[in-house]
Amino acid sequence: MDAFFDFSPLAEQFGTILVGFWATIRLTLMSGLLSLILGTILVAMRVSPTPVLRAAGTIYVNVLRNTPLTLVLLLCVLGLSDTLQYTLSSDSSTNYYWWATLGLSAYTAAFVCESLRAGINTVPAGQAEAARAIGLTFTQSLRLVVLPQAFRSVIAPLGSLLIALTKNTTIVIVAGYIEAASVMRQMFDDYGGTLPIFIGFAFGYMVLTLPTGYLFGWLAKRLAVSR
Amino acid sequence: MSTSSVLYDVPGPRARLRNNVLTLVSAVVILGIGYIVVRGLADKGQFAGKLWEPFLRGDVWANQIIPGLLATVQAAALSAVLALIFGMVFGLGRLSDHAWIRVPSGWVVEFFRAIPLLLLIFFVQFFPATASGYTVNVPAFAAVVIGLTLYNGSVLAEVFRAGILAVPRGQSEAGYAIGLRKGGVMRLILLPQATTAMMPAIVSQMVVLLKDTALGWVIAYEELLNFGLKQIPANFGNLIPSAIVISLVYIAINLVLGYVAIRLERRSRRSRRTPAGPVAAPAAAGVGGATPGSGME
Repeated sequence: MDAFFDFSPLAEQFGTILVGFWATIRLTLMSGLLSLILGTILVAMRVSPTPVLRAAGTIYVNVLRNTPLTLVLLLCVLGLSDTLQYTLSSDSSTNYYWWATLGLSAYTAAFVCESLRAGINTVPAGQAEAARAIGLTFTQSLRLVVLPQAFRSVIAPLGSLLIALTKNTTIVIVAGYIEAASVMRQMFDDYGGTLPIFIGFAFGYMVLTLPTGYLFGWLAKRLAVSR
Repeated sequence: MSTSSVLYDVPGPRARLRNNVLTLVSAVVILGIGYIVVRGLADKGQFAGKLWEPFLRGDVWANQIIPGLLATVQAAALSAVLALIFGMVFGLGRLSDHAWIRVPSGWVVEFFRAIPLLLLIFFVQFFPATASGYTVNVPAFAAVVIGLTLYNGSVLAEVFRAGILAVPRGQSEAGYAIGLRKGGVMRLILLPQATTAMMPAIVSQMVVLLKDTALGWVIAYEELLNFGLKQIPANFGNLIPSAIVISLVYIAINLVLGYVAIRLERRSRRSRRTPAGPVAAPAAAGVGGATPGSGME
């Protein structure tokens, strides 16, 4: 009945598991930050008065949103890094970390852009009209009036994206970079696929995602724009 | 896109000139980036004819791409059907009047939604072997389908629940008033109206499901990605061209599905069959928001 009740592997490998989850956290935070920046640039492109930029933004979002993340990460790791030899660091592990981060960010940015665009649509037209009336240019009204309100109204969806991103870091396993999912896979090889190991890792991901969810839910309520 | 046009005025002569300059500059920048990418690929010899030629050959399509696509569609279609059943059962379970059905249904749905799909797939693949003393072997196809079913089924359960809750209360009250029982109200009044409201969310979730079949790569299920990024490059050494072609196939399928979702949403907005507006995909646990999530997974 080892497969059901033996929790000792979790205790034996506790250090390795923590290392795995620390890698998950690092991947999540770095990709979250980069995708937020890229997503904001993309949404500015998508609402800009320049048709070329609008088209480029739309193409980017549609391509990345409809490609499986596994393919995006494989293209970064097998394609750009291994085949084309564009390395980001001489240390192999660091190189894969950065490629995985870039892949995750590029993919997530498309969804951040879509969320922000939905947020921009919640800003009343009168706000933008007022911004124009006092003589703000497009960039100024976007930066000072529209985007701040849009951000505050999409905090909850951005939280959902961060949670999805945390779960998506498991796919970095294709990059051969050690994070929590690959540690679990290795433990399944070493100890067999047991319920306690699975429960342990599931619990680990819940420890990461549930507080994120409640934090963003609370933030969304606190920062909601009253209209 | 209602406000984007409000962000800037109808351009006058100076603004038109400025816009034209901006258009020109951004076109130059984008073409420049494109040139660097193309140049980079060309320098590494990625445009050599022999790397692209396999995609013009019938046998590559007949033996690799089409079978891969079929395997992807098979896994996606079977999981879609199973996930819909799972979602229906647990979505209705969460709305049950009986706490002993409602509470466990809630746990099941929240659990499978909270953990990464890949962990689930690994568990489904490894656990039966270990528990049976290595006599049971779960095929990769089954592991992918079961994983996709449990995860997407849980998401769909939330969509079902939201869809049914979106039907105004008066509808079920009217049903009870004419003497229907709970089952009858659900079957004859709530479900038909909720279905219209949740169709767009269901189709969007199908895009997520189809993309997630690509996780089969990790456990060596031979689907489109496996043929496209493992087997074809193994034969022809053309990973980059192959990745580009394969992603175009995925994008084409998903754009069609996405288009269907948009059409369905427009129709259900116009529809007079139900007062329930279209429901969005559910947010993650603890995150409540007015704007819809966007189906990333």
